Amino acid sequence: MMKKFLLFIFLVSCISAIAFADSDIPEKPNPPRLVNDQAEIFTQSQTDALEKRLRRFNNSTSNQIVVLTVKSLKGYDPADFAFRVGEKWGVGQEGFNNGVVLLIKPKYGNERGQVYIAVGYGLEGVIPDAIANRIVEREMIPHFKNGDMYGGVEDGVEVLMGLAAKEFTHKEYREKINPAFPIGMGIAILLFIAFIILIKMSQARAYSAYHDVTFWQAMLLVIFASRSHPGKWKEFTSGTGRFGGGSSWSRGSSWSSGSSWGGGGGSSFGGFGGGSFGGGGAGGSW
Amino acid sequence: MKKWIVIITVVVLSLIGAFWLTGAYNELVTMDEAVNEKWAQVENVYQRRADLIPNLVATVKGYAEHEQETLTAVVEARAKATNTTIDAGNMTAEQLQQFQAAQDGLSSALSRLMVVVEKYPDLKANENFRDLQAQLEGTENRITVERMKFNEEVKVLNTKLRRIPYNMIKGMAGVDIRPYFEAQEGSETAPKVEF
Repeated sequence: MMKKFLLFIFLVSCISAIAFADSDIPEKPNPPRLVNDQAEIFTQSQTDALEKRLRRFNNSTSNQIVVLTVKSLKGYDPADFAFRVGEKWGVGQEGFNNGVVLLIKPKYGNERGQVYIAVGYGLEGVIPDAIANRIVEREMIPHFKNGDMYGGVEDGVEVLMGLAAKEFTHKEYREKINPAFPIGMGIAILLFIAFIILIKMSQARAYSAYHDVTFWQAMLLVIFASRSHPGKWKEFTSGTGRFGGGSSWSRGSSWSSGSSWGGGGGSSFGGFGGGSFGGGGAGGSW
Repeated sequence: MKKWIVIITVVVLSLIGAFWLTGAYNELVTMDEAVNEKWAQVENVYQRRADLIPNLVATVKGYAEHEQETLTAVVEARAKATNTTIDAGNMTAEQLQQFQAAQDGLSSALSRLMVVVEKYPDLKANENFRDLQAQLEGTENRITVERMKFNEEVKVLNTKLRRIPYNMIKGMAGVDIRPYFEAQEGSETAPKVEF
C-alpha cells in the first residue's frame, strides 16, 4: 500500500517536472497585468504608474501593450521568446491581433542586455520592423546604457502608444464587433411586425365572420380602426415598452459585457484578448 | 411487426451513418483548407523577403563596389527561390524539400552578404540600410513563425488522417497526409543576422 502510494507520488512529481520543464515561457499572470517586472528592475511606484498608463491605453483603444522583464531568456532568441509570450498570453484582441510585447532582459555582468518589441499581426502596418528598430535604438537603448531602465521603457512605450492608437481606436473596435444595426435587433423588429400583422389578421377574420364583409375588407377596416382606437394603441405602446426592456439583450452582447476594457477611463484590466503574433518587430542589445 | 422494427432500425442507423459521414468529410475538408491557408502565409513571408532584396542589393552596391560576386550570388539565389513554387493542394515531400533548399540557398547567400557588409562602416551607418536590415531580420522571424504555424496545422491534419475512421474516408474526401517543413541542422532558429 505504502509502496503504491510512493509510486504514485513519484509519478505525479515526474509529470509536474515535465510540465515545469515545458514552461520556460512565463505563465499568463493571474490576475492579468500588463506590466510584469519579473526581473525586478522597476520600483513599485514605477510599476504602478506604468501599469495604470497601459491600462488606460487598453481601455481607450483596445490595443494591449505588455511590458515583461525577465532575468533569463532560458536559451531562447529574444524575438522567439517575445513571440511565444505574446501567443501564450494572447496579447491583443482576437481577430485584431493588436498586441505588443516589450521584452527586456537586463544586462548582468558580461551578459548583454536584450530588448525586443514583438508586434502583433494587426499592428505591423503602423509599427513596421524598421520603426520598431528605431524605437529600440533611439528611445530605449541610450537610457538602458545609462542604467535608466524605467526611462527607456517609458519612452519606448510612449512612442508605441502613439503609433498603435493610429490603427485601432476604441470606437472603431467597438463598431467592428458590434455593428450599428445588429442582426439580432433586426430579427426582433421583424418578429414584432409579424406579431402585429397576425393580431390584425385574427381580428379581421373574427370581424368578417360576424359581418357581411370579406376578409380583406375587414383587414382594411381593422387597420384603419385601430388608428383611432385609443385602447388598442395603448396596448401597442405598452408592447413597445416591453421591447425597450428587451434592450437588456444588448447589455449581454460581447461588447458591453466584455469588461476587458471596463468602463472607459477606469484603470481596470479584464485580461488578454487572444491576439496572435506573426514575427513582426525588432530588437537590440546593449 | 418484427419486420417493421428491423426496417426502421436500418433506416435510422443509415441516416445516422450518413450524417456522421457528412460531418467527418466536412471536417477533413475544412482542415485541409486550413493547411492551405497556412501555406499561403508561408509563401507570403518568403515573398516578402524576396521583395526586400532588390532594394538591399541596390543600397549595398552604392557603398561596396568590390563585392560584386557576393551580390550576384544573392540575386541568383533570389531568382532561383522565387522560381521554385509549389501547388499547395498536392505538394509532395520532395517538392517541399526543393522549395526549402532554394529558400535556404537564398538565406545563406544573404548571410554571406551581411558578413561582407561588416567591412563598410559608411554603409552600416546609412539610415536606409539600417531600416532594410531591421526589415530583413523581421522577415526572417516571420518565416520562422509561419513555418512553425504551418507545421502545427499539418500535424493536426496528419494526426486526424491516421486515425480510425478518418483514414478510411480520406480518399473519398480527397485529403491526404501533408509533408512537414524539416528543421535543418543549425536552422532551428532564424539565421542570425548579427551586425
